[in-house]
Amino acid sequence: MARKQGGEPSATEIDMTPMIDMTFQLITFFMFVMNFSEAEQDDRIQLPLSQLAKPVEGALESPITLQLTDRGSVIYAGELVAVSDIGTYLEREKTVMLDAGKEPSAATVIVRADGRSKTGEVQEIVRKCQEKGFERFALRAQYDEGR
Amino acid sequence: MAKRQSSSLGDKVAVDMTPMIDVVFQLMSFFMCTLKVVAPEGDFDIRMPLGAAAAAAPDDQQVPPVRVKLSASPDGGLAGIAMNGTPVSDFEELRKRVIGLVGTDTGPNSLAERTEVELDCDYSLKYVNVVRAITAVSGKVQDGQIVELIKKIKFTPPKRG
Repeated sequence: MARKQGGEPSATEIDMTPMIDMTFQLITFFMFVMNFSEAEQDDRIQLPLSQLAKPVEGALESPITLQLTDRGSVIYAGELVAVSDIGTYLEREKTVMLDAGKEPSAATVIVRADGRSKTGEVQEIVRKCQEKGFERFALRAQYDEGR
Repeated sequence: MAKRQSSSLGDKVAVDMTPMIDVVFQLMSFFMCTLKVVAPEGDFDIRMPLGAAAAAAPDDQQVPPVRVKLSASPDGGLAGIAMNGTPVSDFEELRKRVIGLVGTDTGPNSLAERTEVELDCDYSLKYVNVVRAITAVSGKVQDGQIVELIKKIKFTPPKRG
């Protein structure tokens, strides 16, 4: 509401309260909606849908995320790697885990594979992980409420 | 800086809101720009050590694995499903057969808990079909609740065709 003040030349004072209220509410909304744990998601991957994919509860122990594109490349730590070369990176992960006093079997390998990728390539990734001692896998799918 | 205004009702402090509004708008812009609307995701947890099947000692409680074969068409689509060598028309029928085999009791030491599914897929098969098969064998949604079936799932070694 604009109010007129008496005295000298008339000055218009805008009541900022509703705008500030609104802005704070918007900030609160965005803070709640923002999900920091989804930082690993990549737009290049179209996950297959499943109504049984269990929602991720809490943080997984020592997670290693491997994302397989429909063109057969693995996105590992933000860079594209051929499936045949992923063993080198897994060896590095294994060394880091052993240095930290953990066994590779305690780690969880999150496989975010595109629905259009070849199953054989997913199997090759799993096989290479197994060869390095990783044995826990989380095959990630997009939760489907519709079916 | 706070300024004092004189009025007939007494002293009134007018706070300069400009810096706060600036910061608040910058915060709002940051959240709006970084907001990423993503669909909820979930996991199928699989424990698959290398060579575990060969290394495992024979067990009275052990149940022979259910072998699900998924064949691919030349374009990577699903050409056929077979369960223990018997053709299955679709994933819904696969789920019914799994329920017929292990029942719906998933409690401790139940048949469903002891049974393992071995997925034998063609190399070029699109991965979406594997997730559909895992969905079919691992449970169903009944009245909005998930009823779990077989939890133990493994893959056969990859075979390049």
